[in-house]
Amino acid sequence: MQEMEKAVITVLGQDCVGITAKVCTVLAESNINILDISQTIVGGYFNMVMVVDITSMNFGYDVISEKLDALGNDMGLKIKIQHTKIFDAMHRI
Amino acid sequence: MINRNEILETNRMIDDMNLDVRTITMGISLLDCADADVDKFNEKIYNKITTYAKDLVKVGDELAKKYGVPVVNKRISITPIAIAAAGCKTDSYVSIAQTLDRAAKEVGVNFIGGFSALVHKGYTQSDRKLIASIPEAMAVTDRVCSSVNIGTSRNGINMDAVKEMGEVILKTAEMTKDAECIGCAKLVVFCNAVEDNPFMAGAFHGVGEADCAINVGVSGPGVVKKALEEVRGADFETLCEMVKRTAFKITRVGQMIAREASEILNVPFGIIDLSLAPTPAVGDSIAEIFQEMGLAEPGAPGTTAALALLNDNVKKGGVMASSYVGGLSGAFIPVSEDHGMIEAAEKGALTLEKLEAMTCVCSVGLDMIAIPGDTPASTISGIIADEAAIGMVNNKTTAVRLIPVIGRKEGGHVEFGGLLGHAPIMHVNRYSCEDFIARGGRIPAPIHSFKN
Repeated sequence: MQEMEKAVITVLGQDCVGITAKVCTVLAESNINILDISQTIVGGYFNMVMVVDITSMNFGYDVISEKLDALGNDMGLKIKIQHTKIFDAMHRI
Repeated sequence: MINRNEILETNRMIDDMNLDVRTITMGISLLDCADADVDKFNEKIYNKITTYAKDLVKVGDELAKKYGVPVVNKRISITPIAIAAAGCKTDSYVSIAQTLDRAAKEVGVNFIGGFSALVHKGYTQSDRKLIASIPEAMAVTDRVCSSVNIGTSRNGINMDAVKEMGEVILKTAEMTKDAECIGCAKLVVFCNAVEDNPFMAGAFHGVGEADCAINVGVSGPGVVKKALEEVRGADFETLCEMVKRTAFKITRVGQMIAREASEILNVPFGIIDLSLAPTPAVGDSIAEIFQEMGLAEPGAPGTTAALALLNDNVKKGGVMASSYVGGLSGAFIPVSEDHGMIEAAEKGALTLEKLEAMTCVCSVGLDMIAIPGDTPASTISGIIADEAAIGMVNNKTTAVRLIPVIGRKEGGHVEFGGLLGHAPIMHVNRYSCEDFIARGGRIPAPIHSFKN
């Protein structure tokens, strides 16, 4: 079996209705499966970290990050997708 | 599994503290392009560079998207042209520089380094042609960087070359005086030049290197500065520990990008160069690190010690993070590229003499320093000789990248723009060293070079 490739999606910004729904729609369109979501709202500030399975992602990183950027700009949020390898590299020996 | 805090820490480093992969530099050997006909040589090097590096920019941009970390520059280093072009029957190498410039523009890299000569012990005919071509080459190209190695710990210092480089720097300034003497920002004089440095202006692809290699430079003075905020007032052990831990994390990111870039491009991975390389942006400054350590301004007593511990602990953290740390690895102290250094120089806190002392313990040397345009060539040579002596005796790389600003005096200002920044024109000691420089010949190798 192919090893699962994972990415982390972080969403930061002012809370408003439908953030999670809209992000999830972009992910569904891209055939990205959500594995874990953790979300906090402190003083109206929305902070979500998602771990997703990108093994069968049907776009390249350039396309998916553009889509997330566009959504982020519409909603006044900062949305980022990053392969998990960068976190492993930095924090695991 | 990675936890939430680690994810947020990484992203704070990238988004708020200017952590970036400063450069992916592809080293390309041009030794197999040798030809007696300079036009054919030019054609061969153009074809080789544009073939090997055709995907370099694309891959750098893709990796930036994949990991959400900026890959700021994509660059190329090549075999020193004085070696690669030695067989060409021609009087001038300017057309070669123009070819390199065209190749760099074709593949979209912002600099190509290696319009270089290694003359630490003596000149070949080709070295002479290359050095004579430097001023015009720097004037007629945009992206070509030049370097000349005039000394090593093993061989001593070629004082004929030191003398000549003083003149070449002035002539380069003169030929680019309508563009803030920018030619000199692309020209560096080395002692103990390294063969795998990915940073400009001094990058070249040494003759001991493979046909092609990927070298990556990572940077992050802002990350170190922020980390040190957490240990404000703590003792030196704690301070050093924090620098090491931060350097480790930064290097690991570079290592990962380098490995992946080399895999995708199918080119061997060379080295990671972990250099704290500032940019003119606030929060991306070495001077701010000194201030965080407890110095009012860079240049204050204690600056050399602060730099020594910074440089050493950056290396220690980096070495732990990657088996192939190389290049220059340490802290760069350019003046024009660091807003804190610029301010300190403007206030008079930072002088050329103090910078010279700092170069004994930094990773390179006197870098991006503007001096009065009427500085005599022999004085520039004297500064180069001093810097080379420091490198030779201390077994370290030292370099000089001075910009004599034609038509401007001490206290004036020069604006390069972009990553090169701006600088006040600094005071230069006015006492002459002309007779010393005029002696010519070589300074013999120091006693500790005899290690066999």
